[in-house]
Amino acid sequence: MHPLLPPLGAVLPELVLALAAIVLLLVGAIRGERSANLVTGLAIAVLAAVFILVLLKPAVPVVAFNGALVIDPFSRFMKALALLGATVSLIMSVDWLNREQQNKFEYAVLVLIATLGMMMLVSAGDLIALYLGLELMSLSLYVIAAINRDSVRSTEAGLKYFVLGALSSGMLLYGASLLYGFTGTVNFEGIAKAATTPTLGLIFGIVFVMAGLCFKVSAVPFHMWTPDVYEGAPTPVTAFFATAPKVAAMAVFLRVAIEALPNVTHQWQQIIAFVSIASMVLGAFAAIGQKNIKRLLAYSSIGHMGFALVGLAAATPEGVRGVMVYMAIYVAMTLGSFACVLAMRRNGRAVETIDDLSGLARTRPLMALALAGLMFSLAGIPPLAGFLAKYYVFLAAIQAGLYGLAVIGVLASVVGAYYYLRIVKIMYFDEPADAFDPMPGELKAVLSVSGLFTVFYFLWPAPLIDAAGAAARALF
Amino acid sequence: MSVAAAFFYLFAGVLVASAFMVIASRNPVHSVLFLILCFVNAAGLFILIGAEFLGLILVVVYVGAVAVLFLFVVMMLDVDFVELRQGFLQYLPIGVLVGLVFLAELVLVVGSWASSATLATAPAVTQAVSGLTNTQQLGRVLYTEYVYFFQAAGMVLLVAMIGAIVLTLRHKPNVKRQDISAQVARTPKDGMDVVKVRPGQGI
Repeated sequence: MHPLLPPLGAVLPELVLALAAIVLLLVGAIRGERSANLVTGLAIAVLAAVFILVLLKPAVPVVAFNGALVIDPFSRFMKALALLGATVSLIMSVDWLNREQQNKFEYAVLVLIATLGMMMLVSAGDLIALYLGLELMSLSLYVIAAINRDSVRSTEAGLKYFVLGALSSGMLLYGASLLYGFTGTVNFEGIAKAATTPTLGLIFGIVFVMAGLCFKVSAVPFHMWTPDVYEGAPTPVTAFFATAPKVAAMAVFLRVAIEALPNVTHQWQQIIAFVSIASMVLGAFAAIGQKNIKRLLAYSSIGHMGFALVGLAAATPEGVRGVMVYMAIYVAMTLGSFACVLAMRRNGRAVETIDDLSGLARTRPLMALALAGLMFSLAGIPPLAGFLAKYYVFLAAIQAGLYGLAVIGVLASVVGAYYYLRIVKIMYFDEPADAFDPMPGELKAVLSVSGLFTVFYFLWPAPLIDAAGAAARALF
Repeated sequence: MSVAAAFFYLFAGVLVASAFMVIASRNPVHSVLFLILCFVNAAGLFILIGAEFLGLILVVVYVGAVAVLFLFVVMMLDVDFVELRQGFLQYLPIGVLVGLVFLAELVLVVGSWASSATLATAPAVTQAVSGLTNTQQLGRVLYTEYVYFFQAAGMVLLVAMIGAIVLTLRHKPNVKRQDISAQVARTPKDGMDVVKVRPGQGI
């Protein structure tokens, strides 16, 4: 057999996604502007097919292209999660974009390419693959953020994201070059072997790489872009930003920390602990004064990334399992919340302030009930899914002896509960505003699945926990 | 002094002088032309150390594409360079400070790298094959060992292309475009109208 063939089999999902993106681009270019719905529909089908392909793959670890690409249970879990987020957010975007007359076929193609970047990122086995995957994802996201080019807010969001993203890419590259310089290899396994004693150059490299990755997961102090970009980008784009790229960036964060730097754990543990505390606290306090629901969800996502990083700070298989469970539940809750935000439309116009939700319980009782369930879950009230997610990361932190981190985390989640519960109060106890327009069917479906999942997850948590546990062990 | 050394000093001298002229000349078009001279001399230096592929790529890409693009930008955008340069001296102290910090950091990094026993002697990732030009050698690794990165970089460029078109291309409805088939299919009958005008009546 030709030496190139086995890796091609291993990258089949990526290959399908790349070819599909190119074919759909051609379809769009030939059929013109009218083909937006056709291309989006086909893109959803492709994403679903790739999701099934990823899940069908046997869980045997494969290393291809001289270690640039690693396929193991961990990458399978995170890829499936990122694909789920991308598919559902693309499904949710169709109706919204058609109503705002912003539906372009390039949007779906760019989502496909961004997802391809995420899959490369999740599977990255060396620093070059990491950087290329990250840039493929980020460049597509910059364009998607500014896709509504006639709106000042959308173009501002795109430009801001691009400038700050380029800065963070620069920091990441600088860190990667230092890591390469001080270990002599770009391969994660090679770095793990060479980086046994923390030298000054190595620590500098770790700090810069982690700064670049923190930007991508929007952890404090690299979070400044998040509220502005979330607010300015069209709402379906924000839903996409809040789910799939976060999963991919968190996955590569875990892989770099655990797989490439296992012998210098103490050096990066402090960084992660600081970033995690800062994100949790800022997410809890800064969201209180927000009036725009998208900004509120942006701060909420900053806080949630802080909670997820608590698990990484533990640096144990239990901690990584906690992060993965947290990301899965976070994606489910976020998709549901954004289904509600996308349904916030009055007389054909999208509205996005929190006051627009007032009295929702009387005008749309079921939507209010689902959103209330999601808010309780985001706040971490037992026995909802959000509570279990926090439980597993804090459990790992306590087992690793990080008592201070766990205590601050619990206190931050108590503060954070205030603004989630305020939304519930506005929906149930304030004077009703005018009713929203009827909700499209696909948003109803997403909202009910997400709501039911978060409320009833505690009845049967084992499958997700076991899958995450098995996947987490693959990293150690 | 050997011929190679003489050429090195020639190329290096012209390179540094033209690089200085890029920032010193008052006319922006002159700056771009000096930049081109700079690139060509750098390409000469590459060829002197035996990296002929890099040298030629530098000429093709930087002189052929990037510098021409710069020229277009300079000529088509009405940028007032005299105004831009005002306050240059005012920023000089900070600029020098930043430059010195960079220099110190570079010295520290290179110093600690050179002082480490294992790193400075680490073998090259890809061994050179003797008897091949470096164009062939680059091709050998680029399309085999690094094919994954090569294809990924291709996708990144595709995104750049899509992004530029999505964000800037506007289809204007009232633009008149040349339609060659319509032009060719025109007969004298369509184009001309012979009118007989009787005296004293007008049209």
